[in-house]
Amino acid sequence: MSLKTIVLNELGMHARPAAQIAKMAMNAEKNIWLSDGNNQADASSIIDILTLCAQKGSRIQIQAESSRDEAVLEQIKSFFDDGFGELTE
Amino acid sequence: MNHVKPREIVLKGISGSPGICIGKAYLVDREGVNIIERYSVSDAMVTKEVDRFKNAVARAKKEHARIIEALDKDVSETLNILETHMALFKDKMLYGKTIDTIKNEQINAEWALRKVSSQVKLMFQQVDDSYLQARANDIVQVSDKIMAYLLGTRDIKIADINKRVIIVAYDLSPVDASQIQLERIKGFVTDRGGKDSHTGIVAKSLKIPSVFGLGRATASINNDDILIVDGSAGLLIINPEEDTLFKYEGRLARFEAYRADIERESHLPAVTRDGVALNLMANIELVEDVVSAKDNGASGIGLFRTEFLYLDLERFPTEEEMLVKYKELAESMNPQPVTIRTLDINGDKFNPVIDPVEEANPSLGLRAVRFCLENEDIFITQIKAILRAAAFGNIKLLIPMISCMEELIQVKNIVRKAVMELERDDKVSNKDIPLGIMIEVPSAALMADELAREVDFFSIGTNDLVQYSMAIDRRNRRVAHLYQALNPAVLKMIKMIFDAAQKNNIEVVMCGEMAGDPINIPVLLGFGLKNLSMNAASIPVIKKMIRAMDLGKARKLSEDLFQFTTVREITRFIQEGFKDILPYRDTED
Repeated sequence: MSLKTIVLNELGMHARPAAQIAKMAMNAEKNIWLSDGNNQADASSIIDILTLCAQKGSRIQIQAESSRDEAVLEQIKSFFDDGFGELTE
Repeated sequence: MNHVKPREIVLKGISGSPGICIGKAYLVDREGVNIIERYSVSDAMVTKEVDRFKNAVARAKKEHARIIEALDKDVSETLNILETHMALFKDKMLYGKTIDTIKNEQINAEWALRKVSSQVKLMFQQVDDSYLQARANDIVQVSDKIMAYLLGTRDIKIADINKRVIIVAYDLSPVDASQIQLERIKGFVTDRGGKDSHTGIVAKSLKIPSVFGLGRATASINNDDILIVDGSAGLLIINPEEDTLFKYEGRLARFEAYRADIERESHLPAVTRDGVALNLMANIELVEDVVSAKDNGASGIGLFRTEFLYLDLERFPTEEEMLVKYKELAESMNPQPVTIRTLDINGDKFNPVIDPVEEANPSLGLRAVRFCLENEDIFITQIKAILRAAAFGNIKLLIPMISCMEELIQVKNIVRKAVMELERDDKVSNKDIPLGIMIEVPSAALMADELAREVDFFSIGTNDLVQYSMAIDRRNRRVAHLYQALNPAVLKMIKMIFDAAQKNNIEVVMCGEMAGDPINIPVLLGFGLKNLSMNAASIPVIKKMIRAMDLGKARKLSEDLFQFTTVREITRFIQEGFKDILPYRDTED
């Protein structure tokens, strides 16, 4: 099960949003993965997320190993869609 | 703690400084600040060790939460960082991996944490993204907090080591090395580095047997393991068998007898058999080193490195502060010459206070005179201090890293400006001191003839000249073996510098490590070298050799040398021609 999204904020996927994503992913029953097409990162690890170096405009695929984690998946996607709460008008 | 049953292991590295020592291992952690012990944990104890780690994380986290709570909510930037740290405490890549490492490698929590956090830090630093590179610091801060709880009160500083031990480290920076009370240490070995790294230079000056570039010394040694360091052969023996120990005790006695023999002769003049007198001077970094320079029979200070005062103060020293040091040095050596080299900060002498900009390639970056010309106020302050001290002794001014004529012209303008300002302010100084430049960049060597017309002397810095000519990072263990002073290309360049100096009738000093290695001496003397400057401890050996040497024979050798094209052939040619006077090497049998 997976969803596609885009990094919208200016700073990209930096430490603060990475920490929040990791917090969300830790509520999942099984692993959640983020992928930029080349590399895959464990969404519950800030360190791993940061190594993706996702800049503004990067396309990210969020993947859940268990179908029971749909809610977590949606929550992470909407956090992306919201530009990690950093969008300026 | 349960130690694994010891077994003799022999590791081959690069010979740092000669000599043999036998003693107990003392592990120093990668950053060189705290002493992190490494020991094995038995099957039965692994769970307990993991719990100890979890407990330390829990306590560090709790303390961290308290800090966040107490924080003013207005400082959201700080808050963001601290909250990120909060999440890092239990990050899989740090927390999970440390636990895995304790279990899989059966080692103590401190070492496992250090190993994992170093890997993560390195991973971040290697990414070509300044934001991520800076995140490496977050990892360090979080793991340091956990480490503090793991160590409890057992937090030992490197400066406090005072047992007669053998230091085992990943690497030692010059600053770390300056913190250790080296005179209380028997020897040291490191994973990284080479013969000409700064650590090696420090070790040589203190006559401590050392071996570098061992690769996996820190991974193979436990605290208190018995070690034999054979600095002459570049060997490290861990947990030696009784036979090996016996053999080395014999060698140790013979080496000490040889060294005593040499030191007895160190105060005789350095005159060759055919009557040519040479100058053997010392390279020093602290005014206090004058004592060891004189003890070893130095006839002057051929190179005074001025960086340590800057590093020590962690700020730029004032003109007066420098004057005190330089004056003391000039007076204690007077009338013998003291060559003071202006600030030569580079990659490994890096100090965040002085240069906050991270450079991807510091040895090719804004260092030495380049830095000084960009920061004229810092440069002119030092030059004034040197000119003023020159009123009290025989001082020469040396500028490092000149790579083109433009830089030299700028330097001369600044020196003139310094003289004018001192005269205006009525300060006692000596404005007629000799001005020299280091020839250590190939572009300067190629322009040696033109540059020689503008200065009073050359000083050849072989460490950098070899490094820049051959594109070898001498601290990089994987290429350090290619760093060869006797490479024919390097020799051709050095000959060019001598020819240019001779033509323009200026003096040449050689102050790189090359001048302190006996095998190079016949060639250098053959080229016309009269002034050698080296670590004080190398002087007696070189002096003994010079006193037995025939200069005519050396000249002939330096001419015939260029028929060979490889380092191996050249080395053998020198060894054969000067077999009778090259110093004794016990380990060549």
